[in-house]
Order: sequence, then structure tokens, then C-alpha cells
Amino acid sequence: MKERNSKQKLIAIAIGAAVLLNIPILETVNKKILVFGFPLLYFYVFLIWMVLIVLLYRLAHQKSK
Amino acid sequence: MQKKILIVDDEPNILLSLDFLMRRGGYLVFIARNGSEALDILNKEVPDLVLLDIMMPDVDGYQICTYIKSTKALSSTKVMFLSAKSKESDVKYGLDLGADDYMTKPFSTRALMTKVQELIPQ
Amino acid sequence: MSPAVVIISSIVYLGILFLIAFRAQKNPRKSTSIQSAWIYALSMGVYCTAWTYYGSVGKASRDGIDFLAVYIGPTLMAPVWWIVLRKIIRIAQVQRITTIADFISSRYGKNISLGSIVTVFCFIGIIPYIALQLKAISESFEIITSQSTAQTFSGSILKDTSFYVVIIMAIFTLLFGTRKIETTERHQGMMSAIAFESIVKLVAFLVIGFFLVYYAFDGFGDLFNQALANENTSKLLLMPEKSGYREWFWITILSALAFTLLPRQFQVNVVENTNENHIKTATWVFPTYLLLINLFVLPVAIGGIILSKGEAYNADYFLLHIPMMFDQNLLALFIFIGGISAATSMIVVETMALSTMFSNNLLIPFIVGNDRLKMKYGKHLSAITIWSRRLSIVFILLLAYWYYHRLDQYYSLVSIGLISFISVAQFAPALIGGIFWKKGTRKGAIAGILIGFAIWFYTLVIPSLLGNSAFGQDLLENGLFGWSALRPQALFGLEGFSPISHAMFWSMFWNIIAYITVSFNSTQNNVERNQSEVFVDIFKYSAIYENTIVLKGKASVPDVIKTLSQFFGEDRSAQVIRLFAKKYDIDISDPTNIADPRIIAYAERLLGGVIGSASARMMMSSAVVEDDVRIDEVVSIVRESQQLLIANRELTRKSVELKNALDELEVVNIKLQENDQIKDDFLSTVTHELRTPITSIRALNEILFDNPDLETEDRQHYLGIVIKETERLSRLISQVLDLERYESGRQKLTLNRCTAFELIHDSVEAVNQLIVEQKITLDIIDNTNDIELIADKDKMIQVFLNLLSNALKFVESGDGKITVRAEVVASFMMFEIIDNGKGIEEEFQKMIFEKFFQAKNQLMRKPKGTGLGLAICKKILDLHKGKIEVESQPGIGSTFRFYVPLYLDQKIKEDNNSIE
Repeated sequence: MKERNSKQKLIAIAIGAAVLLNIPILETVNKKILVFGFPLLYFYVFLIWMVLIVLLYRLAHQKSK
Repeated sequence: MQKKILIVDDEPNILLSLDFLMRRGGYLVFIARNGSEALDILNKEVPDLVLLDIMMPDVDGYQICTYIKSTKALSSTKVMFLSAKSKESDVKYGLDLGADDYMTKPFSTRALMTKVQELIPQ
Repeated sequence: MSPAVVIISSIVYLGILFLIAFRAQKNPRKSTSIQSAWIYALSMGVYCTAWTYYGSVGKASRDGIDFLAVYIGPTLMAPVWWIVLRKIIRIAQVQRITTIADFISSRYGKNISLGSIVTVFCFIGIIPYIALQLKAISESFEIITSQSTAQTFSGSILKDTSFYVVIIMAIFTLLFGTRKIETTERHQGMMSAIAFESIVKLVAFLVIGFFLVYYAFDGFGDLFNQALANENTSKLLLMPEKSGYREWFWITILSALAFTLLPRQFQVNVVENTNENHIKTATWVFPTYLLLINLFVLPVAIGGIILSKGEAYNADYFLLHIPMMFDQNLLALFIFIGGISAATSMIVVETMALSTMFSNNLLIPFIVGNDRLKMKYGKHLSAITIWSRRLSIVFILLLAYWYYHRLDQYYSLVSIGLISFISVAQFAPALIGGIFWKKGTRKGAIAGILIGFAIWFYTLVIPSLLGNSAFGQDLLENGLFGWSALRPQALFGLEGFSPISHAMFWSMFWNIIAYITVSFNSTQNNVERNQSEVFVDIFKYSAIYENTIVLKGKASVPDVIKTLSQFFGEDRSAQVIRLFAKKYDIDISDPTNIADPRIIAYAERLLGGVIGSASARMMMSSAVVEDDVRIDEVVSIVRESQQLLIANRELTRKSVELKNALDELEVVNIKLQENDQIKDDFLSTVTHELRTPITSIRALNEILFDNPDLETEDRQHYLGIVIKETERLSRLISQVLDLERYESGRQKLTLNRCTAFELIHDSVEAVNQLIVEQKITLDIIDNTNDIELIADKDKMIQVFLNLLSNALKFVESGDGKITVRAEVVASFMMFEIIDNGKGIEEEFQKMIFEKFFQAKNQLMRKPKGTGLGLAICKKILDLHKGKIEVESQPGIGSTFRFYVPLYLDQKIKEDNNSIE
């Protein structure tokens, strides 16, 4: 049951990240603005990337319990 | 080429007589007084036949046989157990490990020589 | 920088790699689970080649953030690895699959043509990619040594750096990739080296990144503010206008597929996985790795442009140019080494994977499938397999080297990589479909791959090969035969796509359509049918895999062994089959009987690990007279085993209860049996101990009899041994009889008065010669003041002699020390015999007074002695109403202590009274 649950979570994460890192959402951050010294687009992509890693880390460690 | 025989036994007097017999038979003889010596030799030499005692203090004959039969470099090496363990189940176990022959102690030296010549004809 | 310094550093680096690989190979079990999970995750970094390392910067300097798509793809896949990758790993493990070609061919009925198609396409697609790595190494070498390109090219082959790279890579791959014939064996050594390389290139990239951002510039803010102000660089902060999101989208998908399908990734992700749980670690470690290695790509690209101030540096090598602009030679050298690590790890793993495909999916099936060749070379298949692998490694590297010199002008670093990606992406429908969709057929898979590959070739390879010729220009502008729908870069009128997304879209589109429609319109044969069941439902089957049989054939066990022995040797083959039969309780004693189908299936899988599943299939079917199996039969076999599994679960539950009851019974039973066992053991040990001297006596006598020509000296020597062995024999017999007398209670004591002094001196006298010979220090401490005790003097001396000779056996000659001590304790006389020998492990201390203990416990067995001495001592002391004990510390020594009552006659009387 738990295995199934986390599988669904994993798929949801994959889909979510795929949507967040594609059009049309990318278009909304495609601007020549600096955020904390970083270009917005660049900042956004790496931010989502990091959030994804944190989620995966938590899921991997929760599963092993 | 002279065939090589490795004799493994922890009884010095049995070693002595086997050594004599095999030399007389025209073989090149290596001697190991216990299991670990045998493994040392097997790492360096590829004997054609190993005469193997079973009950030995450190590494026993079964382990050595298993090692020989699972080592690719020793795939051509024949194994003959020479053991005082004479029960039918002992013999079967030895052969199941892949040994090519099994002789119980005490053995007839002539029968032994015949079997050795059959296993590794010169 | 001088070429010598660069070359020496590179060689030192490669030497370190050899060392790492060698050490890990030597102690494969040393690494812990966490370590191996990290090695697994890091070795995935083989994805990042020299193309990533140098080329990403070049790409970023032209198209800005676009370069990231190649890493976003695998990152987006990471969450579903637990679902997809784990399934592929499980299938590959159960079916002993070692390459992507073998995987696909295995799924579609272990088909040879499919396996060879995949192999050939991999070669075509991947060799340029290997060539690209060679190019990166030699160009970076030229830059760091500031040589001109022309100089290197005009020189002979011996002056060409990439040629030496080829040689070193070949040696490395040969050493660590093809040592064992079974490709299912993992290459721990190589993987540790690859993981190390991943770390090196990452660290190198991070170092240059920090250097640029915080040394050359004043932090990220400064860098990006300057970028905004500069016309050339400000556009890099946005999606490229031309190709834009479309390119991003397709390349994301493309790289996600390539990450699973590239031969080197299959090797690392699937074959080298030792534990499915390592995927969990990799799921977050690898995306983190990708993030870190990409963090500074854009800053370096922008920094490079700003710093070069209009001078024409090759943007692909900004990584090297930047430290050189600041005269940071050491840093440049480190970057160069990072580049070498990126290139070499890719070359080594890719070459190894391709060479396995070559032998298992092209060469061996060809030999086995051709009767004449099989007759001729069948006996040497094992050697052919391993040598073809070795030769093909050299061949692949030379081919890549040739390609690098012939064609490298045509492409920039990035495009070759992506072209390779699209070629392997053609396997995606057949592979992904194959593990999730049972209906996919062999014909469908072949059709999809062929069409996809043809489109790839037409839309990407043709334009780049012919682009400069008149015919090529005409083809590009007007299409084949003047049909504008057949323009290679605007197929069916699809315009406005970049060549890469265009090729990706059309090849995948037709590939998928062909795979699905042909699959629906063709049928599977029984092997395919069964394989599709197993692949799609692998988690259901892996537990009962041994029982899922496809092949219904007739072959005898010796036939099966004979087939196996071509690869594993006769003895080993016979042994593995025997073990398998034992495990599943299959009777193989009658060689004329037909072998159990499970044995045939098992043998086939073993072979599969060596030569690939398709070849294994052919080898087995030539040994097996196959019955035609109807499809419904296959299905019912599969169903049956499914039902068996369910029934099994029921049974397990019930049997647990039963087992508990049985366990209790067993405890009782064991106790009963133990008594019997002790008797049995005693008898068999006595016979064994008797046989040993008899063996020497008989053998030596026969030698003396058969060899009348022996020298007198030898004759005397042998006769001497015979006499000694005869003595040993009679000693043993009398001891056995002794013991029997004690045990049956027939042994009586002859009591006399004696002193400790007498006992000790009489005993020591008997062993004195040995003590002198072995140069042992003997101390006697007698604190009894000549108090007398009543005992059987001869028996007591026997005890002393036994204990003394034991002590003599234990101590080292030279620095051995034995102390005999006597003292009166209450109404007992206490004796101690203390030695500084090797001692006795605590667990054995209680047991050593049992008869033949030493013979039964081989660790303790000594070359001399009957194994009855201590047992007899104990009996003697029991009879004296005394006791014996031992204290010992291994490595320090032992103390045997025994107590004898001073007034035994009185004690016996008291005992008798108390009984009355």
C-alpha cells in the first residue's frame, strides 16, 4: 500500500516538474530581470531543480524506513 | 611433458610414501603439509592431479576441492581424494564436490598407481 | 605550458585511475552499502562527457540557457527511475541481460536479427560520439600547450596526442572490462574509477566557476549586471528567440530517453547496479550532480565573452582560455585533467558496452547460426567470445580515431552528441513498449527501429555529409526527386524546426506509429509470448522465475552439460547443474533420462550471461530436440506458475504453524539422537585414527616389497617409520581399551602412598629428553612439604605425562616455558601444569576433555597425539574423586589444574557410608 502511494507521489513529482520547466510557464519568467543578482529565467530553473532534489531526497529517505 | 602432481596430507609419513611412489611413477611432485600450503601452491602451479586428504587442521580437503573446481585456471586439474573417511556417504559427498576419484585409506599402492595413470595418462 | 608537463600530469592522473580500479577490483567486498550506492550514483555521471564539459559552455555562449535542456531531461526522469529503471534492472538481472541490444532482442523472442540491428545502429550512432571525445582531448591539449592545430595534423601519427589516448583507453578497457567472460559479472574496479572521474570533472568545473565569478568578477551580481549591459551577452539570459521553447521541449524528451538508452548508460545504470535500493540514492544524488556541474556553465560562457573583448577565442574552450588569460597555469592544467576525465570515462564504458554487443549480438549468433562455422569453431566459442570482445575494443577505438580525422570538420562539439542521442532514441518505443505493453511484437519493433533510423539518417546524417555538394544543396532546397515534401530538413513541409527537433519529431513519430500498427497486425511466436509476459510482469515472475518454462524439449542432462562446457569447462558445468538440481530437488542420476525443463531453462540463462540471450537460445535449441509448443500451452504454463505462487502463499502461512510444532518435536528428537550420535562419532573417529598409521605402514611396506633396489639408508629410514607408526598404533589401541575400561567401570585403582615430589620427578624423567631437545625451561615448584597422598601412582604419572606432552606440543621450541606446581589446598593436593604455548580458545576449553575432541574440531587438530589423552586424564581423576580443569588465554598460555584428595581411602569409605 505504502509502496503504491510513494509511486504515485513520484509520478506526480515528475509531471509537476515537467510542467513547471516547460512552456507556457517558462515564458512568464523569460524576462531580462535580475533576482538576487541572477537572471530571472536562470534563477527560476535552478530553483525548481533544487526543490525537485529536496523532494526526491525526502521521499527516498522516507521510503527506506 | 612431465605431468605434475600435488600431494596434500597432514601426515608426514603418508606424504613421504606418496612422494616416493609418484616420483617413482615419473611425475613431478609438489607437496603441501596442510590446506593453506596447498592453496599457495595452486596459486602458482597448475598440477594435472591433486591427491587430497580431507581431514586437515586449517583448510580441509573439501574446501580445496571446491576451490579447484571453481577456479577457471585450474579447470584441467583432476582431483583424487585419499581419505580415511570411508563411509559411502563420505565418498558420495566427495564426488559430488566434483572430485574425479576417491580412494579410502589404507590404500594399495599398486591400485593407487593404476588409478593415477588412468586419470593422467603420460 | 610545456607539453611535457601536461603529458606527465595526464599520465599521473591515468595512473591514479588504474590504481583505483585495480584496488577496487582486488577487494570487491570492501565497500559498504552506502559507499556502493554512492559509487553507483556517481558513475551515472558518465553521462557528462567532454561534450558537456567543454561544449556546454560553447553552446551557452551561442544560445544561452538552451544548453540546460540536455540535463533537465534526465532530471525529470529521476522521479520515475524507481518505476522504470528498477523494472529494467530486475528484468536484466533475472534474464542475465548485459546490453541494450540483448535487452531488446530478448524481449522480442530472443531474436537475432533484432539484436544485430540494434548493435549495428549503436555502432553507427555512437562511434562519432567517441570520436568527439578524442577530438576534445587533442584540441584541449593543443590549447593548453598553445600549439597550432596545423602543427599537430601535419605531423606523423606518432605525434598525435589523440592516438596515444586511443592506446591508453584500449589498455584500460581491456584490463578492467574484459577480464571475465561472463558479462553479468560486475566491474567494480572500473566503476570505482568512473565514479572518481565524475568527482574530478565536477570539482574542476566548480573550481573554475568560483575562480571566474569571485576572482575575475565581483560575484554573480557583478557578472550578470555586466552581461545585461553588453549587447552580445544580454540575449543569453533569455530563451533563444529562433528555436526557443520548441527546441527546449524536444531536447528535454530526447535526453531523457538517451539517458536510459545510450549503451554506456545501460551499462552503468542497469548492468552495474548491485542493489535495487541504490536507485533511491541515485534519484537525488544524480540530479544534484547535474545541477552542480551546470551551475557555472552560463557564467563561464558570459564571462568568457566579456573577458575575450572581441578577440576570437573558440567558445567551446573558454574553460581553458579563462585561466590562461590570467596566467593561472596550474588551474588550466587542472581543467585539462577534468576534461580528460570526462572524455576517458565515456570512452571506456561506451567501448566496453559496444564490444559486448559486438560479440554477443553479431559474431557469436553468426557462428552459432551457421552450421559449417559452428562445426569448425564450436569448440573454441569461449575463446572466440573473449577475444572478439578484446579485438573489437581496439577496433572501435581505431574506428573512432579514423572518424575523428576524416569528419570532424563537419560538426561542432554539440551537434554530434545530439545526433547520437537521436539515433539511440530510436530504441525507446521498442524498449518502453516492451516492458509495459504485452502486445508489442518482434515485427513491430523491427519496423519501428528501421523506419526511425532511416529518418534519422535521411534528416540528419545526409544533410551533413552532402550539405556542401551541389547535389546536397539541391536535395536540401528541393527535396528528393524534386518533391518538396521530401526535403531532409523540412520533411512533409514541417518548417521552422531546428534540424535536431525536426529529426527527433519525425523519427519518433513514424517509429511509434510503425511499432504500434505492425504490432497489432502481427502475431507473437511462443517464445516472444512468454518473454512479453515475463518482461511486463517481471515483479510477479522474478520470484518464481525458475519455474516459468518456455522451452519444452528433450535433451539429456549430459547433453546440456556438454553445451555449457564449451564456455564453463566440463567440471564446472557439471557442478553448477548438479547444484541447481539439488536446490530444486530434481533427480539427475540417470543420464539417459530427459532433463527437467527447468534445467534447460537455467542452462540457457547461464549461457545468456556469456554470449547474449539470442545466441544462448540457439545453442540450447541445437542441443534440445524441441517440441512444438502451442501458444495456449505456453499461456497455461505461465498461468499455472502464477497460481502456484498464490497457493504457495497460503501454504506458507499454514506451514508456519506446523513448523512451530515441529520445532518442539525436533528439540526432543535431537536430544535422543545425540546419545546415539556420540557413540557413532566415537566409532568412526576411532576407525579414522586407526586407519592413519595403518596407511603409512601398508604403503611403506608395499614400497619396500616392490622396490628391492632401494638404498640401504632409505630402507632403514622407511623401516624406522614403520616401527614408529606401529608403536603409535598400539598406543592408540591400548588407550582406546583403557578408556573403554574406565567407561564401563571395570578399571580398578591400585592405591599406594606417594608424594608430589615422586610423581613429578618420575614423570619429568620420562619426558626429559624432549625438554632438552626442544630447549624448554622447566620449573618445578613443590610447596607440599612432602605431605603424602593416597593414589594410584602409575595412573597419576599417566596424567602428568599426558599433560606434559600436551604442553610440549603447544609451546615453541627455544622460548618455551613449562612450570609444574604442587600445593595442598584443604584436603586436596593441587597440581598445576602451566605453559606459555598458544593457548586454547574459551569456547573449546570445556570440550577438550571429551574424547577425540581435537579430531572433530579440525582447527584444533595437531599433527601428533591420539586425541584420547585428556579424556583419559579426566577418567583417572574421576576415579580418584578429584577433578581437572583448564584456564587459558589464547596467545599467552594454558594452565591445567587438577585436584587429588589426600586421603582417598577415607573418602571412599565416607561415600560408601553415605550411600548406605
